[in-house]
Amino acid sequence: MVDARYSIAALVRGAITGHRSWPEAWRKPAPKPRYDVVIIGGGGHGLATAYYLAKLHGVTNVAVLEKGWIGGGNTGRNTTIVRSNYFLRDNAFFYEHALKLWEGLSQDLNFNVMFSPRGNIILAHDFGQAEGMTMRYNALRLNGIDGVRLSREEVQRRAPALDFSPNARFPIFGAVDQPRSGVARHDAVAWGYARAADRLGVDIIENCEVTGFDIKDGAVTGVQTSRGDIATGKVGIAVAGHSSEVARMAGLRLPIETHLLQAMVSEPVKPFLDTVVISPSLHVYVSQTDKGEVLMGGALDGYNSYSQRGTWPTVEDVVSSAVGMIPRLKSLRLMRTWGGVMDMSMDGSPIIAKTPVERLYLNGGWCYGGFKATPGSGWVFAHTIANDAPHSLNEAFSLERFRSGRLLSERGAGNYPHYH
Amino acid sequence: MLLIPCPVCGERPEDEFGFGGDATVQPPVTDSASGQAEVDIDGFADYLYLRENPKGRHTELWVHRYGCRRWLVVERDTVTHELYSSRLAAGEGGE
Repeated sequence: MVDARYSIAALVRGAITGHRSWPEAWRKPAPKPRYDVVIIGGGGHGLATAYYLAKLHGVTNVAVLEKGWIGGGNTGRNTTIVRSNYFLRDNAFFYEHALKLWEGLSQDLNFNVMFSPRGNIILAHDFGQAEGMTMRYNALRLNGIDGVRLSREEVQRRAPALDFSPNARFPIFGAVDQPRSGVARHDAVAWGYARAADRLGVDIIENCEVTGFDIKDGAVTGVQTSRGDIATGKVGIAVAGHSSEVARMAGLRLPIETHLLQAMVSEPVKPFLDTVVISPSLHVYVSQTDKGEVLMGGALDGYNSYSQRGTWPTVEDVVSSAVGMIPRLKSLRLMRTWGGVMDMSMDGSPIIAKTPVERLYLNGGWCYGGFKATPGSGWVFAHTIANDAPHSLNEAFSLERFRSGRLLSERGAGNYPHYH
Repeated sequence: MLLIPCPVCGERPEDEFGFGGDATVQPPVTDSASGQAEVDIDGFADYLYLRENPKGRHTELWVHRYGCRRWLVVERDTVTHELYSSRLAAGEGGE
């Protein structure tokens, strides 16, 4: 048996054998007839949930059912930003817990997720905006989270490629930064969690679509899938943009709309931007990948969509905003654009909670901020499933809040998911 | 790019329009005759927050912001973006 742990010794051994001796990262098991817990959705959140169930709660008879393949959904489609700069306390503590997990994730998983804490600079274009941001970042600091305000000169030192000319369309007044935030290699997060969960005994079953639930006396007892029926004690749903579709099979309606978000990259160029820059006024965020591509994202397409491909007006809007912020981008060619479907919740915050069906749990409503939450989301969802009760970190992310009025609205945009 | 058929202006590109969400949700009916301020809280919560969110045919509101400025009820497929029908919303001369 080859030691599957990645190390210098394994690398040397691999080199000697012409790299033909590497074991597969995770097995391809056929589904068993029964599991203690079934997780629907083999994205980052589902895989992280399975990993923490096995590692922290001793629940190893777990299956992760994935309709497509690992890394094929939103985990492989996002703009890789990791941060915890939230204003509301419930969001702040939850995302900060996730960020702390990110900081040790490569070591924990024995898989390099390439977490790079390079900060994310949010630009203020006038005095009022800067004051508003300062208020929010003071709230961060009161909650024990790092956050700093930058002057125009400090922004210029950190990101000289931005437009500091006197005729800039949106002059840069200042900025805020969370130095511990950054980016990570998104596919590696899915692969790392899949491999680590597999090593603890979790079955990762790809090309397995859930087609229905078995519910008896108000409690879930199994799932029907394209690869046969599976009996189970508990089911967790972590399917992002398809949350409403899967929950409908269990008779639930959710406070979620599915919307399309696009991202795009330019051709690769030499390094010129070593942080993430965001302009809320232009609604665009830009970073440079390790390959040298300029990665850009912006607003939702703006109407319900499951299409996983976007329309041109949004591409044009994102690119023109990015050029407005960094004029030199105008000479680059766009290499690739893509889209993913977002589970936009009605208040802009996630749902990690029990559902009206006993032992059926929901993890969804991530809007377009799910990637950064991945480790924290899996951590609290595993706790919620194992104990049939939420952790104090996700107690506020309940379904009942839409009835009780305890909404978590960072933006304050009302029940219009396309504005969050 | 969607080409939305406006009953007043004809087929127009999507960036002339604003999206208004699911057109099928209705507030709960309150009994005003009794004079009681009976409010169906659960009914209101459902109306405000719960959505069918179908993968497929969706009945939704659009406003022709840079055109006739009327609200429309449009039927569209959320996967293929095929547009099936559009009519003026109630209060805009439609029903």
